[in-house]
Amino acid sequence: MVIYGVYIISKSGGLIFNHDHNVPRIENEKTFSYPIDLVLDYEPKKVSVAFGQKGGINVGHVLTSINGILVTGNVLEDGRDVKEVIENRDNYPLNLKFSRPKMTTNEKIFLASMFYPLFAIASQLSPEPKSSGIEILEADTFKLHCFQTLTGVKFIIIAEPAQIGMDQLLRKIYELYADYVLKNPFYSLEMPIRCELFDTNLQLLLDQVEKTGLANI
Amino acid sequence: MSRQATRLDAKKVNSELLTLTYGSLVSQMLRDFENIDDVNKQLERIGYNMGMRLIEDFLSRTSSPRCLEMRDTADKVQQAFRMYLNVQPTISNWSAAGDEYSLIFDNNPLTEFVELPPDMTNLRYCGILCGCIRGALEMVQLEVQCWFVQDQLKGDNNTEIRIKFIRRLEDAIPAGED
Repeated sequence: MVIYGVYIISKSGGLIFNHDHNVPRIENEKTFSYPIDLVLDYEPKKVSVAFGQKGGINVGHVLTSINGILVTGNVLEDGRDVKEVIENRDNYPLNLKFSRPKMTTNEKIFLASMFYPLFAIASQLSPEPKSSGIEILEADTFKLHCFQTLTGVKFIIIAEPAQIGMDQLLRKIYELYADYVLKNPFYSLEMPIRCELFDTNLQLLLDQVEKTGLANI
Repeated sequence: MSRQATRLDAKKVNSELLTLTYGSLVSQMLRDFENIDDVNKQLERIGYNMGMRLIEDFLSRTSSPRCLEMRDTADKVQQAFRMYLNVQPTISNWSAAGDEYSLIFDNNPLTEFVELPPDMTNLRYCGILCGCIRGALEMVQLEVQCWFVQDQLKGDNNTEIRIKFIRRLEDAIPAGED
């Protein structure tokens, strides 16, 4: 039972809520000697592995620290440039830590607004009239379950492919939304959801589903 | 917390609490606005905003499908009154075109202890209900008009709310729903 995340998209297509639930964090630290046997891709925003997969460090993973000093973008916390540090023989041996990249909030907002037209296109592509949009989108590592209410709000769960009963869970989340978000007098419609009670109750619900299954909710 | 304990049966609150709270809201508004028409307008607006939120609660509890016919809608509105106010209005007086009907209440919990003073005959005491119906239906893309025909507070036998279908808000219908 693994649920990776919950997203809510408003009627107009904006991401109004996201919650990362149970995403396992993969981190690998390794000591390298000169020359480094990984091909790194230096971009202004991140330094990632382009080629040369080994020991749990996979293509696409990003560099998070050098010798325990955090990396932000392509500079170290102490201001040195990552590329210069790695290419300088005198600095070796170097202890590099890589991890799977995490999505930033901006990227999530971007993806949510891309899902919106996809959903609409799906309903238009349908060979039968009066089709719904995308309800389930399946990939080999996850399954996306989407539930659109009659008022146009979309609730999305990203979960393990084998997970069942997600449509019941979506309805439960809808109930929580109706209770803790819409009955909150300080919440204005269509705005991002910042309601602590909603967060805690959603967390409770997801934990309960993961522990004991859907039967008890 | 409100819901957790009373998950299965609908929330129970003494209706007198609601009656009195609503009464104090109206009387406060009469004090704040000089003009009774303004109070009517504000009550309708409050109801409208409540309806827009309440509809999600209704849909999430009942998981009702979309109504494609005014008679379905009438049933749902009736069901909502049962859920939220514990009254069962009668549906009647359908227009020939089937686009207009009345909800008739024998008793109305909002007016339980209320007598209208003689100088306030144009106050629509329960105007909030009309706003609520209008707001809720608008969120499911139905534009309706809603007004009082009879009011027990004004000496009529029943309270009667008339609902008239105006149009479907086609451009607001979410994708994959039309």
